[in-house]
Amino acid sequence: MNRHLISAADLSLADAISILDTAEELARLAERPIPKLPTLRGRTVVNLFYEDSTRTRISFEAAAKRLSADVINFSAKGSSVAKGESLKDTALTLQAMGADAVVIRHNASGAPHRLAEWVRGSVVNAGDGTHEHPTQALLDAFTMRRRLGRLSGLRVTIVGDILHSRVARSNVWLLHTLGAQVTLVAPPTLLPVAIGTWPCAVSYDFSSVLPASDVVMMLRVQHERMAQAYFPSVREYSRRYGLDGDRMALLPPHAIVMHPGPMNRGVEITADVADSARSTIVEQVANGVAVRMAVLYLLLGGGPGGPGMAGGPAGQAAMPEPAGVAL
Amino acid sequence: MNAWLIRGARVLGADPTDITIEDGLITELAPAGRATKVAGQVIDADGLIALPGLVDLHTHLREPGREDAETVASGTAAAALGGYTVVHAMANTDPVADTAGVVEQVWRLGREAGYADVQPVGAVTAGLKGTQLAELGAMAESAAQVRMFSDDGQCVSDATLMRRALEYVKAFDGVIAQHAQEPRLTQGAQLNEGEMSARLGLTGWPAVAEEAIVARDCLLADHVGAALHICHVSTAGSVEIIRWAKSKGWRVTAEVTPHHLLLTDQLAAGYDPVYKVNPPLRTAADVAALREGLADGTIDCVATDHAPHPAESKETEWSIAAFGMTGLETALRAVHEAMVTTGLIDWAELADRMSRRPAAIGRLARTHGRPLAAGEPASLVLYDQAPVTAVDPAAHASRSRNTPFAGIKLPGQVIATFLRGTPTVLQGRLCR
Amino acid sequence: MLGADEIRRALSRIGHEILERTDGGTDVVLLGIPTRGVPLASRLAARLAQTEGIEVPAGSLDITLYRDDLRLRPARALGHTEVPDCGVDGKVVILVDDVLYSGRTVRAALDALGDLGRPRAVQLAVLVDRGHRELPIRADYVGKNLPTSKREAVKVLLAETDGLDSVLLQVRPEAGQ
Repeated sequence: MNRHLISAADLSLADAISILDTAEELARLAERPIPKLPTLRGRTVVNLFYEDSTRTRISFEAAAKRLSADVINFSAKGSSVAKGESLKDTALTLQAMGADAVVIRHNASGAPHRLAEWVRGSVVNAGDGTHEHPTQALLDAFTMRRRLGRLSGLRVTIVGDILHSRVARSNVWLLHTLGAQVTLVAPPTLLPVAIGTWPCAVSYDFSSVLPASDVVMMLRVQHERMAQAYFPSVREYSRRYGLDGDRMALLPPHAIVMHPGPMNRGVEITADVADSARSTIVEQVANGVAVRMAVLYLLLGGGPGGPGMAGGPAGQAAMPEPAGVAL
Repeated sequence: MNAWLIRGARVLGADPTDITIEDGLITELAPAGRATKVAGQVIDADGLIALPGLVDLHTHLREPGREDAETVASGTAAAALGGYTVVHAMANTDPVADTAGVVEQVWRLGREAGYADVQPVGAVTAGLKGTQLAELGAMAESAAQVRMFSDDGQCVSDATLMRRALEYVKAFDGVIAQHAQEPRLTQGAQLNEGEMSARLGLTGWPAVAEEAIVARDCLLADHVGAALHICHVSTAGSVEIIRWAKSKGWRVTAEVTPHHLLLTDQLAAGYDPVYKVNPPLRTAADVAALREGLADGTIDCVATDHAPHPAESKETEWSIAAFGMTGLETALRAVHEAMVTTGLIDWAELADRMSRRPAAIGRLARTHGRPLAAGEPASLVLYDQAPVTAVDPAAHASRSRNTPFAGIKLPGQVIATFLRGTPTVLQGRLCR
Repeated sequence: MLGADEIRRALSRIGHEILERTDGGTDVVLLGIPTRGVPLASRLAARLAQTEGIEVPAGSLDITLYRDDLRLRPARALGHTEVPDCGVDGKVVILVDDVLYSGRTVRAALDALGDLGRPRAVQLAVLVDRGHRELPIRADYVGKNLPTSKREAVKVLLAETDGLDSVLLQVRPEAGQ
């Protein structure tokens, strides 16, 4: 594994499996009388959150604390990014404080890449703009594997605002690496124009793909997309792309329903579906802690002699890649 | 007497020639070793290529208003080091160059700096707001003699306003230089819309947003019989549309930047905003089409869109970073690499695209972009095409360091630049 | 140094000693330390069941997250921890490992065990004790005492993990070679 976890696309199959296997062991530790481990004693993990996300922050905080790391929560919310201290200056401050890892949540795509150039510690992407949310994808994969016993060959359908979803991006790359078959379902307006280059299938007909889905992942759809003419109305969106009881009945008996939260009940998912036995929504939250423990352990558990398992540092693209220079 | 003898320079890449300069004029061209005049100072230009002084149609000098990024003095110094003898200073300063007073101020600062001539570009609309024409006539009549008008940085998106501007400047042989960017299609746009923007989760800047305006404005230019210049063409589709418009005989000209001839959106992969520019870096197919368009004359000229920014505007998250790249000091080398090394054009054609044609479009053909011949103004560049070195931003005269070529190896080096017989650069260094 | 027969005899002897010292195996739980302690614990349990008819629960205890040398190497993959259903509270836990050397692994195992519960007693069984202790730790059951130099490496091979049973003594390559 690289020094940072910035993009699910950076994970090799071996890396991904290693994280999931480690998380599996760590999840079992949560059931012990003392679910705390001394592993990261003396290490400092900073949660640098530019966006409100109590759920993700708490999940990372719990993960770090169970591994005995010191946790510093740095909420930059409220101070406008443009007007307040620059990300670079904040990074230098965290560097001076001796942060071994910075968990960053930011509304700008690519902020973790930038941060990685300015801090010596590991950078963990906890969601950046409309780019990626790799630990969410890892916990989703972990949940699928626990429920269905495998990932290779699994048919996963992801439904909703793909264009603006960091969860969808991370899931597409990770699930592809893990050998699953991904189908994206969305109105064409909410798919990137270059969607044909992604390693997945695309459908505009939700009902038709359900009988051949082992997993359905519903994404949150924001109301403001309607004002931007991505779709005509919430009602029409729900009718065409929402998951209700009737649609859920089209799924094979073993199939599960996932949602990264927070849900818009009545928009992309109805309450009866969200609360059904197929729903893994509560499990996903619990699994998040184990997966984030695994990530922190694998990034920080080693020594300076060489963190991770393979590969060089990522997010260190200081030199332009020849790819973009038409020499 | 201010006199120079340049020995053995290859004029436009042809045979070694002795060039005699006296009182600001070229007074003799003779085969190497055959110069008849006894000149003052001698420059050994054996192996160097002599080109006419380069003309930039598109420079952001930032003064007045953002002197932390660039000044007229630093910007023209950068120009001279890049082989330029005149730059067109874009209007998006603070205050905006939308009155005779501001354009005259910029023009005077350029005369005082002396490294290169500065020809101000006037704003098309008051305050670049896109609602009301600026006083185009007053700027034309001012000491700055403005002939090119542009809201560059903003598109004149209102079709009626664009039509009126094109019509209005006919009275004094003006030209409207359009920044072609349909604003509604590019709200929040960050990067060329395509595979890379999709992967990076950055809002896409679709090629069609440029092409739609290019097409519309070509049609408008034809309708009112006016001169239109398209700034920084960046897509294969735009090249096609301009080729078509030219085939109709319409008065349309176009420029392309060195960075669009050499770089693609793949460079954004690490989110380093040094690659953030407007219009954005496009795809390899676009680069190929732009090169072809420049080679066959569809695109008239190279313009730098030199856009200096202080470090703090680039050392940020991509989405809040400023658009723009510096270019004056690397343009000739980049075009050398993209066009000459590839065999698409020769040195004579390069001189045409970087000197003669831009001078004509900027209405400066009487004083700039002149042939290298006896009796012509001695504005010229001596260029060594041999060395290949990595671009070092720290060595640049520009106040800003946002070059996308930092660390990239490019061929060539400007050895000397002469502006009307006076050297501004000698031995690769600024004079004075 | 040891062949398959000698390993079998050593485990046999350890099994007998365990019965002697734990009142016939009462409340004993065997926990193997991954990697090779785990099959050794299973073999001991199987031997006790086979020859004495005594069922002793066996499991595994991974110590990776408790190691004191984590920072000296890249992050290691975790081993599996499998505590028998009876748990460890009030039990006599016998830690089983292949080689006892510095004692640091056992120190980590004691910490890990402490987070699992409170055994009545903890004992240690090893196939090979090669000396050179760095902590005040000793084994209760030893298959073979093997005096070694620090430049040597003791390698235990087991059928379950390596395809054959054997204990090898190798001279460590000099650093830098």
